[in-house]
Amino acid sequence: MDPRRKRRIRLGVALSAAVMLAAGLIYTSFSAASDARTPSQLLRTAESGRSYQLTGKVVPGYRVHGDSLDFRVRDRAGGSSVLVHYTGEIPDPFKGGREVIVTVRRSGSRFVGQRDSLITKCPSKFSASKGT
Amino acid sequence: MTLGRACLFLALAIAPIGAIASIYGARTGRREWVAVGRRSVYALAAVLTVAFAVLESAFLRSDFSFEVVTTHSSIATPFFYKAAAMWSSQEGSLLLWMWLLSLWSSLVLFLTRRSLRELAPYATAVLLGFATFFGALVVFMANPFQLLDPAPSDGTGLQPLLRHPSMMIHPPMLYSGYTLFTVPFAFAVAALITRRTDAAWIRATRRFGLAAWTFLGIGILLGARWSWSELGWGGYWAWDPVENAALMPWLAGTAFLHSFMVQEKRGLLKLWNVCLVLGAGILAILGTFLVRSGILQSIHAFGGSTLGKPFLGFIALLVLGSVALVMSRRDDLRSPEARSYSPLSRESIFLMNNVLLVGLCFVIFWGTFFPLISEAVTGNKASVGPPWFDRYTVPLAIGLVFFSGLGPLLAWRKTTLAGARRSLQGPALFALVVVVLLIVLGVPAGKWTALALFGGAAFAIGSVVQELWRGVSVRRAQAAESPPVALVSIVRRNRRRYGGYIVHVGIALLFVGVGASAAFQHVRDVRLSPGQTARVGGYDVHYVRATSSVGPEKVSLGAVLDVSKGGKHVSTLRTTRGYYPSSDPTAGPVGQYFDGDSTTEVGLKAGLRRDIWTAVQPDIGAMQKMVDGIDKRFPLAQGDTQRFLLTAVSQRYVVAPPPAVFRLIVSPMVEWIWLGGIVLGLGALIAIWPPPRAQRRHVVAPSWSARLGRELSRA
Repeated sequence: MDPRRKRRIRLGVALSAAVMLAAGLIYTSFSAASDARTPSQLLRTAESGRSYQLTGKVVPGYRVHGDSLDFRVRDRAGGSSVLVHYTGEIPDPFKGGREVIVTVRRSGSRFVGQRDSLITKCPSKFSASKGT
Repeated sequence: MTLGRACLFLALAIAPIGAIASIYGARTGRREWVAVGRRSVYALAAVLTVAFAVLESAFLRSDFSFEVVTTHSSIATPFFYKAAAMWSSQEGSLLLWMWLLSLWSSLVLFLTRRSLRELAPYATAVLLGFATFFGALVVFMANPFQLLDPAPSDGTGLQPLLRHPSMMIHPPMLYSGYTLFTVPFAFAVAALITRRTDAAWIRATRRFGLAAWTFLGIGILLGARWSWSELGWGGYWAWDPVENAALMPWLAGTAFLHSFMVQEKRGLLKLWNVCLVLGAGILAILGTFLVRSGILQSIHAFGGSTLGKPFLGFIALLVLGSVALVMSRRDDLRSPEARSYSPLSRESIFLMNNVLLVGLCFVIFWGTFFPLISEAVTGNKASVGPPWFDRYTVPLAIGLVFFSGLGPLLAWRKTTLAGARRSLQGPALFALVVVVLLIVLGVPAGKWTALALFGGAAFAIGSVVQELWRGVSVRRAQAAESPPVALVSIVRRNRRRYGGYIVHVGIALLFVGVGASAAFQHVRDVRLSPGQTARVGGYDVHYVRATSSVGPEKVSLGAVLDVSKGGKHVSTLRTTRGYYPSSDPTAGPVGQYFDGDSTTEVGLKAGLRRDIWTAVQPDIGAMQKMVDGIDKRFPLAQGDTQRFLLTAVSQRYVVAPPPAVFRLIVSPMVEWIWLGGIVLGLGALIAIWPPPRAQRRHVVAPSWSARLGRELSRA
C-alpha cells in the first residue's frame, strides 16, 4: 500500500478513536456530575431526591451525637444558612467557621448529608481572607 | 524596612535587569551582557537565601513582630515544627517557591556555563521572568515580612494536623518539583527562539526534568502517606483539584522523559517533546495557581486568597507565548525520519505510553476543571467525584503498567516477530502464572481490574528481571565477574537505562499497592462500648478500655483495641483524638478544649500483607452536660485549677466511657505503595547520577570539538 495512504488511514483511525473517547468523556462527566450550590442557592432551587454539593461555612453551635452531626452551613459572606443532618466520618478539622463541602439531598425542611461525604479545608490553608 | 523585605525589593530589581541583560547580550552577541544575566541569577539566589534565612530565623526565635510568625507558630510549638511552619503560610510558601527557583536556576546555569552558549541567555531570561513574577507577588501582594506593632506575646501556633514529620519535607519536595519543571521549560523556549531544536537542549536539561519528576512524585507520595497515617478519614487519595494539579505535571513529565529518548536516539517527536515540556511547565504553574486562586472548590486552596488574577494573567501569557512560539517554529520541528516508523519498535511503545499518559492527564484536567466547564455550558457549577475519575484512570493505568513492561523488551527501529516472541515469552508467562496463582488463592475472577493490574505489574517486573539477567550474563561472559559484581558493573556503566528499569519496578509495586488496597479494602464504622467486639476483614477488634491524658497543649481521649484473628492475638492498637483549646474568649476553661481543633492519632498496624487501621471518635456530646456544668461553676479557672478540672473530666471519661464510634479498616498491601515510592526514588537517583568520569569524557569530547570547530569557522 502507498505509505502516504497508509499514514492517512492510521491518522483517520486515531482521530476517530480520539473523538469517540472524548464524546464518552463529555457525556459521562455531565451525567455523573452533581451540582455545586451555596446555602442560599440550595434554599431557592433544591429539588427533592437530587443530590447537590453544598459548600459554605459551618455555623458555630453544632452538635455531635456519636457519628452523627447536626450543623448549619451558611454562605461564605453570611446571609442564608441550611440545616444539615450528617452521619459518617467527621474530618478532624471540622469546626465552627471552617469551610466545608458536603453532598446533600433535600428531606423536608432540612438536608441529609451523604455518608462520609463531608470534607473540610486542608489544615494548611486556613489563612483568613485579606481585608475582610 | 527589615532586612528580609529589603532583600525582596533587591530580588525584584535583579530579576528583570538580569533578564533584559541576557536578551540584549544574546541579540547583540556581547558575551559580557550574557554574563551579567547569568550572574544576576546567582545574585538572586544569594539575596533570596538571606531573605529565607531571616524569615526562618524569625520562626525559630518566635519573633512575633512578624505577622506570619504570629499566625503560624507559637512559643509552645516544638522546635522541629517551628522550622516547618514557614511554608504552612501563603506568604512563606511563595518565598520558598522563589528561593528554590533561584537555586535550581543557578545550578543549571552553572552546569551549562561552558555549553549551550546560544540557548543559555534566553533560558536565563525565561527563568528570571518567572522570578520577576513571583518577586512581584511577594513584594506587592503577599509580603512575608509584614510587621505587627505592638508585637503580641505569643502566636496562635501551627495547626495541630500539620504536626507530622512529613510536613517538614512534603511542601519543599512538591515545590522543588514545580520549580525544577521550569528549567526544561526555559530551555525549550530558548531552543525554539534560537531554532536549535536538535537534542542538545534535551541532553542539557534531561536530568533536571528527571529531578523535577522525582521530587514531585516523592512529594505526592509523602502527602498521601501523611493522609493515610495522620488524617482520620482512612484514605490516601481523594481526587481533589489541588492533588490533581500536582499529578498532572508529573504525568506530563513521565511522558517527556520517555519521548526525550526517542528524539535523542532517532531524531523523532521534536514537536511532541517541545509541547510536552511546555505543557508540563505550564501545568506546574497551574498547580501553584489552583492553590491560590479559589477558582475551584478544593480542600487545599488558601481561603480568601487574592492572587488568582495575577496567576491567571501569567498562565495566559505562558500559554499564548508557547502556542505562538511553537506555531512560528513548526517547520524547524519536523522530524526528518518521520516515515521510518515500525509498529514493533521501542519508539512505537514509547509513543503509545505517551498517548496513554497524555490521555490520563487530559482526563484528570477535564475532571478537575469540570465545575468551570459545566458552568460555562449549562450555567450551573457541577463537579464529578472519585467514581468518575476511577472509570477512566483505572483502564489507562493498566495499559501504562503493561507498556512499561513491553518497552524494554523491544529494540529501537525494528524488532522482528520472532525476536519479539523470544523477548516476551518469559515475562508474559510470569504474568500469567501470577494471575492464575492469585485466582487459585482466592482472588475473585470478577475483580478483573485488580487482576489485570497485578498481571501488568508482574509483566513489568518480569521484563526488568529478564533484562537485568541478560545484562549480567553478557557481563559475566565478558569479564568473568560474580553475578552481584556483574550486576553492579552493568548498572554503573549504564545508569540511565538501569535506573529507569528500577523506576519501572517501583511503579509496578506502587500500582499493585493501589490496586489491592482499592479493590480488597474492608471498612466498617461501628459504635462500641468497652468489652464489645467488631469484625472487619476477618479480624476481630475488641474495645478493651478507654484512655485519656491531659498534656500542656491538648486533652486526649482514646481507646485500647485488641486485634485478633481466629482467636490468635495479632496486635494491640492505641488510637486517640486530641482536643486543642479554641481561641474563643467566651468559651469556658474546659469547654474551650472541645470547641477547638481536634486531631486523630491513628492506631495502625502496618505490614507488607495488610494494614489494620483504626480511628476513634469519642462521643463528646455525651460529656457536654458535665463540661457545661464545670464551666458554669468555675468560669475563671486557670493554670493548675484548669488542669485539675480537665483531669477530672478526662478521668471521668475513663471510668464511665460513653460508646465511641470507630472506623476500622483492613486494607491489603498499602505498604507496597510506600515501598514502590522508595524503589522509584532509588531508581531515579541512579538515573540522575552523573556517568563515570571516563564515559563522560568520551561523551563530552565530540561536542567540545564540534563547538571548537564551529567557533573557529566563525572567527
